[in-house]
Amino acid sequence: MSMLEIDKLSKVYKSGTFGGGMKPALRQVSFNIDQGEVVSLIGESGSGKSTLGKIILRLLSASGGRVLFDGTDILGLKPSQLHDYYRNVQGVFQDPFSSYNPLYKADRVFELVRQEYFGHLSQQQWDEKVQAALETVALNPADVINKFPHQLSGGQQQRLLVARALLLDVKLLIADEIISMLDASTRVDVLNMLVALKRKGLAVLFITHDLSLGNYISDRTVILRYGAVVEMGDTEKVFGHPQHPYTRHLLTAVPQLHRRWQAADAERNAADGLGAGGAKGSGAGMTGAQVSTFGADASSGGGQSQRYSKSGLHPRKAGPPPVPTGPRPSLMELEDQPWRSRFRVRGGPSVATVLANNAPPALVQFEPGHFVAVEE
Amino acid sequence: MSLKIEDLSVAYQSLRGDVQAVDRVSLSIADGEIMGLAGESGCGKSTLGNSLIFMEGRMKVTGGTVELDGRPLPISDSRAMNHFRLRAVSIIPQYAMSALNPTRRVGRMASDLLKSRGVRFSSVREEFQRRIALVGLPDDVLERYPFELSGGMRQRVTMVISTLLNPSLLIADEVTSALDVSTQRAVGEMLMEFRDRGFVKSMIVITHDLSILAQIADSILIMYAGKLAEKAGAATIIEHPLHPYTQRLLASLPEVGVRYEDAALTGIPGRPPSLLSPPSGCRFRDRCPFAFEKCAEDPPFIELRPGHHVACWKAEEEVASEGALQVQEAAR
Amino acid sequence: MSLGQQSPGKDVLAGASPAGPGDRQADAPGPAAGGTSMPSTGVHYTGRRRFEFVYFAVRNKKFMLGFTVEVVFVLAAIFGPWLAPYGDQQFVAPPFLHPSIHHLLGTTYFGEDVFSVLLYSLRDSYMVGFLGALFAGLIGLAVGFSAGWRGGFLDEILQMFTNIVIMMPALVLLLVIGAYFKTHSVFFEGVFIGATSWPWVARAVRAQTFTLRDRDFVDLARMSGKRGPSIVIKDIAPNMASYLLLVFILLFAGSMLLAVSYDFLGLGPTNGVSLGDMMNKAELWSGLTLHMWWWFIPPGLVMTFIVAALYISNVGLDEVFNPKLREL
Repeated sequence: MSMLEIDKLSKVYKSGTFGGGMKPALRQVSFNIDQGEVVSLIGESGSGKSTLGKIILRLLSASGGRVLFDGTDILGLKPSQLHDYYRNVQGVFQDPFSSYNPLYKADRVFELVRQEYFGHLSQQQWDEKVQAALETVALNPADVINKFPHQLSGGQQQRLLVARALLLDVKLLIADEIISMLDASTRVDVLNMLVALKRKGLAVLFITHDLSLGNYISDRTVILRYGAVVEMGDTEKVFGHPQHPYTRHLLTAVPQLHRRWQAADAERNAADGLGAGGAKGSGAGMTGAQVSTFGADASSGGGQSQRYSKSGLHPRKAGPPPVPTGPRPSLMELEDQPWRSRFRVRGGPSVATVLANNAPPALVQFEPGHFVAVEE
Repeated sequence: MSLKIEDLSVAYQSLRGDVQAVDRVSLSIADGEIMGLAGESGCGKSTLGNSLIFMEGRMKVTGGTVELDGRPLPISDSRAMNHFRLRAVSIIPQYAMSALNPTRRVGRMASDLLKSRGVRFSSVREEFQRRIALVGLPDDVLERYPFELSGGMRQRVTMVISTLLNPSLLIADEVTSALDVSTQRAVGEMLMEFRDRGFVKSMIVITHDLSILAQIADSILIMYAGKLAEKAGAATIIEHPLHPYTQRLLASLPEVGVRYEDAALTGIPGRPPSLLSPPSGCRFRDRCPFAFEKCAEDPPFIELRPGHHVACWKAEEEVASEGALQVQEAAR
Repeated sequence: MSLGQQSPGKDVLAGASPAGPGDRQADAPGPAAGGTSMPSTGVHYTGRRRFEFVYFAVRNKKFMLGFTVEVVFVLAAIFGPWLAPYGDQQFVAPPFLHPSIHHLLGTTYFGEDVFSVLLYSLRDSYMVGFLGALFAGLIGLAVGFSAGWRGGFLDEILQMFTNIVIMMPALVLLLVIGAYFKTHSVFFEGVFIGATSWPWVARAVRAQTFTLRDRDFVDLARMSGKRGPSIVIKDIAPNMASYLLLVFILLFAGSMLLAVSYDFLGLGPTNGVSLGDMMNKAELWSGLTLHMWWWFIPPGLVMTFIVAALYISNVGLDEVFNPKLREL
């Protein structure tokens, strides 16, 4: 049994400016996290990845599904039980500064933990504990104790928040875009710190939109799109031979230092040429026909155009076709919400109907440790 | 020469004195060139870019001149600058996609903006529609409110509006930072297209993301703590950087395909110095692995190789010694 | 990633911190979106917070003006009985006297020294103002925080309750109460005013709480096992402190004004000697027809100054608390 099991988790927001329209932010997402492993949750904005993190941390409610931690469904926990849950699972968020109440000193975040969990410790015992935690995150106590948040750098603030989680001896850390607001030169140090913590037994759910970061530190990767899992598995396999067109598209769009976009397109086309014909893997059914339209034409200036035929992998089955565009890859249609429940009627559909109408594609095992979503 | 900046210094007034955010920067951009201005937060790149079009309340120019298309650009005089804004110099500000007034339709906002520049919206409407279609936005975007558009769409609308009057210089301030990977690519390609089609003559792209610059920029300028560190063609900066800061920065960027187990990357320890009272000598000295005694003296920003400017004593030494080596080889 | 970004703020230098103009990527997220038409809050404090406000406060002309005037009147109210040349409600001189050296503001219909009565009446007025502000503040905060923090059904109920109180005409209620209770005290008037003027406080506090509730540090407190009341008191309320101060000042001024109107209509405390009461008596006892301007104008003027000073200092404080409104 895995440490954390996410079982068909769903979340529907009542959105829309005039009360109509319900947006399914998460659609029956399922995956596991084991002890001491780093799992990347990769998705663009609107994919629901932050929502997922917050639901696991019980900061948001879910509309359906279960989240099992060591076998117990944490979504049903009462406030007193939640207290114990937070000893095992903690989170760090994107904006380091806003996690601190600007009116108090930064180490108040430790104080809060002490008040709730370690009131029985003597001052000296507590100080030792804090010292140990700060050392683990490579912070000098003299630099950070008794300072206000604005006196610390972003990197220090994030590390302090990780230290706070370590004080509780957590088993799982939810890291939601924790380095995107840090300077480039400090990012990788925080990443390295996470890997060091992993080696000590901490599991991390690393939520990010940046594939290179996910690739750097995670053991397994889950790719989320519009609230549903489209591909997941061991990181090397997912990045090495991505199967889902969305994953491939992400990989070609990532700006890299040593590879131009056109070159990336050419590489991918070459790889597709190999994969499209023969059937790779066991019974995954990923034939050449099952690819989707993400870009109609080539970008200006050359690069072989990849003509994908439209098919079910584009989440919109019904509704108007995407807006035809000029000589530009129409990545725009990725931004349009494809939800099939934009009811504007009063007393609209129930959560159940919305979820039923937007059922996610089924996941099929492509190879051991590598799953891909396939739509019929 | 499209843009020429000579010894520009810009400071912020604060309670504790002037913070010299940009310290004697000189550079020039040719027509048709996309220059990337890169650096971490606090290095002064945003200040530099913004000072070329709008000086906020606390900003002031403490020295230097700017010339655009042969004419001086009066950046300290906000009123005089009015004539140049949107026409000669334009900006896509940081967080542009949050900058649209939520209570106004996009078209209305655009027409108000153009009216303030003395341009009737009806005269540019057709061109506007053409460009809207070019960037892949639906025709009716002018009738929509900002909240009806996604982040990427708003970004693109702002880009079109900013470049409508075909400015000579476009300043793009962190336009890709808050975007998804796919939209980043679309926006990056769009910037290049604007330049290719002549909508803008030259462009300064301000960002901390070197990988985007590797894709779209012709030349890259690295800033550190208010001063210039290195400038060269994009490929040169990426492949053969000379300044230790650039080298360390590039070495700290994770790339797809690189895993921790294969090659643990390292960052740069320490923090940039306070600009309230900057240290003497090279500002990167405290964090530089190659610092030696000469670094106590401020290194000049000089051309060490053709088209490659660096402000570093170590780099100068290295280039000199390899030059000497070449001479030796040639002499034999 | 765009989901995490807040609106920008070039708040680089509200006191450049030793770390340099910010080490954060892509500029610091600026002030929170907390927006009501009332004084703004959610300021991003950089620099030494505690003393910064005092520094700015004493340099703000509006605040200092209002504050000084107010202090003068408060001192007059406290030391009134000792400063007053004569007693309150004492017949000390012939009536209808014009202002003179002996009687700075003349005498009333009954021969009381107007100046002395004025000094005594300041006390009652301030007391009612304070009580009214206190009760309105307490009720408004309680309702606002509860509705804002919990949301949902409780919020709906409290909103309904708030709307009912807004709708009720306080004056009519006071009349009805006055008909049943023969006497009432300053305390009662203060409580009554408080009980009828809290709705806008509740609304504003509720709105602010909704905004602050979504902040990351509140999430952090929740993840530290803290519960609602503790978070509201320790994390949310202090971030609204400047706003609450301004609200209190406005309530104070509003209560005093309301008290004046009630007193003027005779609905005030039975043994009242407040400013409104002075005006009431002046009107009742033909002060107007007898052109005894020294009896009915001074209380009105004093009231105007007191309330104006409060409002002006309020505007000044808003500038102090919000760096963006400051001119450097």
